[in-house]
Amino acid sequence: MSEALLNLTGVGLAFAGNTVLDDVNFQVPEKTVVSLIGPNGAGKTSLFNCITGFYKPQMGSVMFDGREMLKLKPHGVTAAGIARTFQNLRLFNEMTVLENVMSGMHCRSSAGAFAAIFRTPTQRREEKEIDEFSRECLDFCGVDDDVDRLATTLAYGHQRRVEIARALATKPKLLLLDEPAAGLNAGEKQDLVALINRIRDERGISVLLIEHDTGLVMKVSERIHVLDHGVMIAEGTAKEIQSNPKVIEAYLGQEDGEASLEL
Amino acid sequence: MSVFEIIMHQLVNGLVLGSFYALVALGYTMIFGVIKLLNFAHGDLYMIGGFTGFIILSAISSVVGGDWFGIFIAMFLSMIAVGCLGVVIQRIAYQPMLAAPRLSILITALAVSLVLQNAVLALTGGQYTAFSTDIGFGGVNIGSLFITYNQMVLVGTASILMIALQVFVTRTQYGRAMRAVAIDKDMCELMGINVPAIIGVTFFIGSALAAAAGTMAGAYYGSVWYFMGFLVGLKAFTAAVIGGIGSIPGAMLGGLILGLLEAFGTQIPGIGSEWKDVFTFVVLILVLVFKPTGLLGKSEQERM
Amino acid sequence: MSEQKVLSARLFGPLAVLVENSKARWTAIGAILILMAIGPFIFGQYATVIMTNALLYVVLALGLNIVVGYAGLLDLGYAAFFAIGAYTVGILTQEFGVNFWLTLPVAVLAAAIGGIIIGGPTLRLRSDYLAIVTLGFGEIVRLSARNLDITGKASGISGIEQPYLFGWHIAGYLDFYYVFCVLAILAVFVSVRLANSRLGRAWLYVRHDEDVAEAMGINRVRVKLAAYVIGAIFGSVGGAFFAANLGAISPESFSFTQSVLILMAVILGGMGKIPGVILGALIIILGPELLRDLGPLRLLVFAVGLLLIMLFRPSGIWPGKGAQK
Repeated sequence: MSEALLNLTGVGLAFAGNTVLDDVNFQVPEKTVVSLIGPNGAGKTSLFNCITGFYKPQMGSVMFDGREMLKLKPHGVTAAGIARTFQNLRLFNEMTVLENVMSGMHCRSSAGAFAAIFRTPTQRREEKEIDEFSRECLDFCGVDDDVDRLATTLAYGHQRRVEIARALATKPKLLLLDEPAAGLNAGEKQDLVALINRIRDERGISVLLIEHDTGLVMKVSERIHVLDHGVMIAEGTAKEIQSNPKVIEAYLGQEDGEASLEL
Repeated sequence: MSVFEIIMHQLVNGLVLGSFYALVALGYTMIFGVIKLLNFAHGDLYMIGGFTGFIILSAISSVVGGDWFGIFIAMFLSMIAVGCLGVVIQRIAYQPMLAAPRLSILITALAVSLVLQNAVLALTGGQYTAFSTDIGFGGVNIGSLFITYNQMVLVGTASILMIALQVFVTRTQYGRAMRAVAIDKDMCELMGINVPAIIGVTFFIGSALAAAAGTMAGAYYGSVWYFMGFLVGLKAFTAAVIGGIGSIPGAMLGGLILGLLEAFGTQIPGIGSEWKDVFTFVVLILVLVFKPTGLLGKSEQERM
Repeated sequence: MSEQKVLSARLFGPLAVLVENSKARWTAIGAILILMAIGPFIFGQYATVIMTNALLYVVLALGLNIVVGYAGLLDLGYAAFFAIGAYTVGILTQEFGVNFWLTLPVAVLAAAIGGIIIGGPTLRLRSDYLAIVTLGFGEIVRLSARNLDITGKASGISGIEQPYLFGWHIAGYLDFYYVFCVLAILAVFVSVRLANSRLGRAWLYVRHDEDVAEAMGINRVRVKLAAYVIGAIFGSVGGAFFAANLGAISPESFSFTQSVLILMAVILGGMGKIPGVILGALIIILGPELLRDLGPLRLLVFAVGLLLIMLFRPSGIWPGKGAQK
C-alpha cells in the first residue's frame, strides 16, 4: 500500500474533561473514497475539525501529503490541499453562487491591494482564471442555475452542490464531506454518488465522507471506518463492516440502530 | 514622605479607585456573561447614576441631611432608577439585535452611549455640576498617613455591595440561573429557565452597581459631568478584562488591580497625571494581546 | 456580465442602474465633475469652504468604510490615523522644514505602521474587543499629542506652510477646494477598484462568516489587517492635507467625538455603499450648518438618528436595500 495521503496517529481530543476522541488512528489513501460512520455523537465532525485545523487535539499527529497539519492554521490546511463542506450547509449569505465558489480560489491566487487598484495585467488575468475555474467547478457539480443568483435562494439540493463546488475550487487533494446526503431525495443521492465517483476518477481527489445514510455509504465507499464514542472500533470494506459484531452492537445501542444499518 | 508612606498612601488611593472600577466592571462582566455583549453604554450608566444621585439628594437633603446617610438613601434610589433604565435599554435596544450580525449590536450599544452622553450634555451645557454634600474631610491618622472617613466609607460600601452580589450569585436561585445562562443560554431555554427574565435581572443589577459607583464618585469628588462615564467605562472594561471577562470575582480582582496599578503608576517618574490614562490604555492593549482571557477567565474553544 | 451588476448594486444601491448604462454613467460623472468644478463660482466662498470640509469627510468616511463597511470591523479610534497624518506633516514641515510632498509618504508610512502594530495583535480577537482597543488607541494618540512637546502640547502646531506644486502655490480656499475634490475622486476610485477585486471579495467572505472563510483558505487575520491598514492610509492622507489646509492643528480635532462623527457618516448613509457614505459625510457636515440653532443638541440629534437607524433601518438611509434582499 502506498504512503497514505492522510495519516492520523494517536489523535486524542478532550473538551472540559470530556473525551471526544481517544487514540484515533486512521489513513486515507490517494484517489480513494473513504467513509467515516458511527452513531450520533461519536465524534465524527470533531475528527473533521481536527483534520482541518479548527480544533487542536491534545495528542497525536495529522500527516497530510507528508506534512504535519497540526501546526497549521485552518487556512493553511486548506492551502495544503484539504477542503471541506459543512454539516449544516454554510454558504456565504448575501453573496451569489459564483462569488461563493470564487472564495475557494482565494488561496490559489495572489493579487493584493496594489494590483487591485491599478488593475495590472496579472490581476486581470488572474480574475479571469478565478471566474473560469469557478464556473468549471459549478459545471462539474451539475449546478445549472443562474450563477448570479444569491446562493441561498437556490433549492436545497443545489445549494449542497454549490458547497461542493466551492470546496473543489480550492484545488484540493482531499475533500471532506460532512453529511453531504442529509436532506436529499433518492434521485439526488444517486447523483451525489455519481459526483463523488467523478471527483475521484476525473480529478484524482480523495474523498472522506461522514454520512448517516448507510446505503449510500456502502455503495460509494472503498473503505469504511467506524467511530463510536471517540474510539475507532472497526474498519474495512462495506461487506466486512456490515458483518462486524462490534459495529452492529454500536448501532443497535441507538434508537433506530437496526434501521440505520439497513441490514 | 518616606517610601513606606508613599506606598501606603497610594495603596489607599488605589483601593478607592479600585472600588469604583470594580463596581462598574462587575456590570460589564455580568452582562457579557449572559448575552456576550460588551455593553458600550455601561460607563454612561455610571454617569447617569451620578446625576440621578445628585438630583435625588438635592431633593431630599433637607429631610435626610447631606451627610453619608442622606447620600446612601440617594444612592439606593439612584440604583433602583438606573437599574430600571438598564432593563429598559436592554429591552428596547439590545433584545431586537441579538440575532443580527455582531457589528449591528456593537454599533447599537455605541448609539445608546452617545444618546445618553449627548442628552446630558444638552441638558447641562457640558459644565461640571457641583455635587454638594455635607460630608466632612475628617479622618484618622495612622502614623503620618491620613485616611479620611470618606475613603473608608467608600471602600466599605463597595465591599458590602460586592459581598452582597457574591451571595446573590452563589446562594440564590436567580444567581444560579444567571451563571447557567452565562454558560449556555440555549440549553437554559430548553430547560425551561426564563432566560429573558434572567437577562433583565442581570442588567438591573449591573446597572444598579454602576449607579452606586457613580453616586459615590459624585459625592466623593464633589462633581458630576456628562463625560465622566467615558473614561471610567473604559477603565472598568480594562479591569473586567484583566480579571477575566465573564468572571465575577475576576471583575472585583481586576478592579482592585487596576486601581492599584493606576495609583502606583502615577508615582513612576515620567508618568504623572497627564499620562496615567495613556498608561491604563497601554495596559489594556497589552492584556488583550497577551492574555485576553485575563486572570480568572476561561479559554474559549471554538466549535464549528 | 451580470456579476458586474450584482457588484454595482452592492456598491451603488439604486444608482446601479445609472452605473450600468454606459452612456448614463458617463453623463452622470460628467455632470458631477462640471458641477464640482464650477461650484465655487456659483455658491460663493462660504459654501465652498464648507464643501471642502465635506470633501475631507468623504475621504475619511470612505477610508473608514473599507474597515467597517467592507471588512465589518468596528473601529472606534479612526481619528488616530487622521491625527498621525496631520501631525507627521505638521512636525516635519514646521520643525524640520521638509517639503510637504516628501512628508506625505512618511505620513502614510507612519499610519500604516501604526495600523500594523495595533491591528496585528488585536484583529485575532473578538470584534467587541477590537472596538475598545481601537478606541484606546485613538485616545493614546490624542493624549500623546496633547502631552508631548514635539506635537506642541495642547496648543498644537501652527504656521504649517502651504505646499507648492510645480510652481503653483496651493493656498487659499479655492485651491484647497480643488485639491480635496481630487482627493475625494481618488478615494472613490480606489474604493471601487478594491471592492471589485479578490481582496474586496475576501473582506466580504470574512465579514459574513469568518470561520467558513478561514476554511476556504482565506487568512482572515491578514485580510482584516489589510482593511485596517488601507483605512489608516486614507485617514492619514486626509489628515496630511487637512494640516496643510488649516495651517494649524491641535489635539481637539482628533478626539473620540471625531472618530464617532466619521463612523456616523459611514453608517447613516449606508455602510458599504459608496454614494451612501458620501451622503453620510455630507449630512455630518452640512447638517450642523442647517441645524446651527440647535447648538449642542445637534450631536444628540445625530446620536438618536443613529440609534433609530440601527433599530429600524440598519442598512442606512440610502434608499434601496442594496444587492441583498
